[in-house]
Amino acid sequence: MIIMDLKEIIKPENLIYTKTKNMTDNPLSYCPGCGHGTAHRLIMEVVEEMGITEDTIGIAPVGCSVLAYEFMNIDMTQAAHGRAPAVAAGIKRVWPEKFVFTYQGDGDLAAIGGNETLHACNRGDNIVIIFVNNAIYGMTGGQMAPTTLEGMKTSTSPYGRDIHSMGSPLKMTELIAMLPGTYYVTRQAVHTPNAVRKAKRAIRKAFEVQRDKKGLAFVEIVSNCNSGWKMTPNDANDWMVEHMFPYFPPGDIKVNGKLKI
Amino acid sequence: MGEVKLMKGNEAIAEAAIRAGCDAYFGYPITPQSEIIEYLMLEKPEERTGMVVLQAESEIAAINMVYGAAGAGKKVMTSSSSPGISLKQEGISYIAGAELPAVIVNVVRGGPGLGTIQPSQADYFQATKGGGHGDYRMLVLAPASVQEMADFVDLAFELAFKYRNPVMILSDGVIGQMMEKVVLPEQKPRLTNEEVIEKYGDWATVGKPETRERNIITSLELDPHRQEDHNKKLQAKYRKMEEEEVRYELINADDADYIIVAYGSSARIAQKAMDLAREKGLKVGLLRLITLFPFPKKLISELADRVKGFLAVEMSAGQMIEDVKLAVNGKTKAEHFGRYGGVVHSPEEIVEALEEKLIN
Repeated sequence: MIIMDLKEIIKPENLIYTKTKNMTDNPLSYCPGCGHGTAHRLIMEVVEEMGITEDTIGIAPVGCSVLAYEFMNIDMTQAAHGRAPAVAAGIKRVWPEKFVFTYQGDGDLAAIGGNETLHACNRGDNIVIIFVNNAIYGMTGGQMAPTTLEGMKTSTSPYGRDIHSMGSPLKMTELIAMLPGTYYVTRQAVHTPNAVRKAKRAIRKAFEVQRDKKGLAFVEIVSNCNSGWKMTPNDANDWMVEHMFPYFPPGDIKVNGKLKI
Repeated sequence: MGEVKLMKGNEAIAEAAIRAGCDAYFGYPITPQSEIIEYLMLEKPEERTGMVVLQAESEIAAINMVYGAAGAGKKVMTSSSSPGISLKQEGISYIAGAELPAVIVNVVRGGPGLGTIQPSQADYFQATKGGGHGDYRMLVLAPASVQEMADFVDLAFELAFKYRNPVMILSDGVIGQMMEKVVLPEQKPRLTNEEVIEKYGDWATVGKPETRERNIITSLELDPHRQEDHNKKLQAKYRKMEEEEVRYELINADDADYIIVAYGSSARIAQKAMDLAREKGLKVGLLRLITLFPFPKKLISELADRVKGFLAVEMSAGQMIEDVKLAVNGKTKAEHFGRYGGVVHSPEEIVEALEEKLIN
């Protein structure tokens, strides 16, 4: 048995995992237990592994990930609330050889930015959209989102979401999968090591779709919001599996332009 | 002399954009400026110069496409008319806050609300005082002819990149729809991607090489002291514009007792009014504003020392008159005349207003 002391362990030749250089050293501003940090890392790892760091431009939204550019070590543009797909379309049209992606939450993508999302998907803009769905507005303090589940309590649905007056949770991912412009549409999660590996493969595939100029690639990541849901991180993950997954089931929705549902 | 054509103002702007080496136009149809995007779609600039033209799903999307592409170092433009320009205000504020170069054309129609499709100059406040949220200014150019619709596109891009600031071409339904002879500018080549990276790679999102820090396009700064510093930098830029970019045309001012101040199509009508007044023996001059921001404060203040009064003529209920009065600062009379809501004043009405409000 080889016993290594700490100095041995941290020698570069003994490291089996290091943080991608595409993530900055800035401390993440996300709550402990939140899925955003993992999602950030996966995208940045994929960009590094594909060797496209110098050719990738990211769009940060309004919401918890408004400061994504503090953490992703690539050129980035911060967009107005909901407008990330239009901003991305503008960049991609004038730099068609670059890789352009948006990183958006549910309020940003499915509520205020519904129209921009719909039309970027319908045009088949050759971009990647990463959609982090935690069924709540996190940044502004836990208000109801278009994806908030029926009966779910938030600060603007304190008695639970009443679908008769507030509408049903919006399945934006299934909706845009119906459009001919989308080529790859999938729903993933990042709550277990296995889910993280699958999510990374999906993100990689999405960037490959962009590389091959096949159309728009859309990756939803169902995530938790332990602060907004007022739960411990573990409880939030359990609640997500129990309540979010039945309504937002993980898995591919459209692959190679063909619907899987 | 360059190529001479008979064109609508809207068509001249579109053709001039191609010839200015514009990289992309993003727009949404609205009367009375839809000929801009129609001309571009018909002309296939992608084949002529590689310029991209895209009809967006809304004015909001169009201005955000401009924001993205401008942040990526490209020469981009959008156009609309009053209600559509209102929709773009959030995006314009972001463009100003993030300090990006962009050209925005407003072919103004009557308001408020859906208003009318007839010409108006009632968007002066919106164009010159900010329009969107926050302390910012756009450089505002006011063409008075189809020729200037063509000439101001390249000038607008030059100024936009010089200051990294949005520049508005504030036209109106008369100039946009009117046909005149226009001498078209020579074709400027579009910058290559390599040239864009060389010129703007120190701030634009063109992809981060290992040799530099990442470029971030944002208007967000949560630390209020740093946000105040950013605002101070913006204000210094606007003061520099006021020092260096005031443009106007001063006609018959040497012996004038009265000066008409006007811009755009009102200036064309006011020029006729000035001629009619002179035939009557009234010593009237014309100050035609070319830049609305920056505004020729010093010039008006100097003229106020020796003339008996100013008449601000504009197709609005009285917007530019406020800037005229501030510049005059009580030294002499300053009055407003204008028809509005889509009605265009006649030269005779202007002469009558001169006599009623200033002379008699």
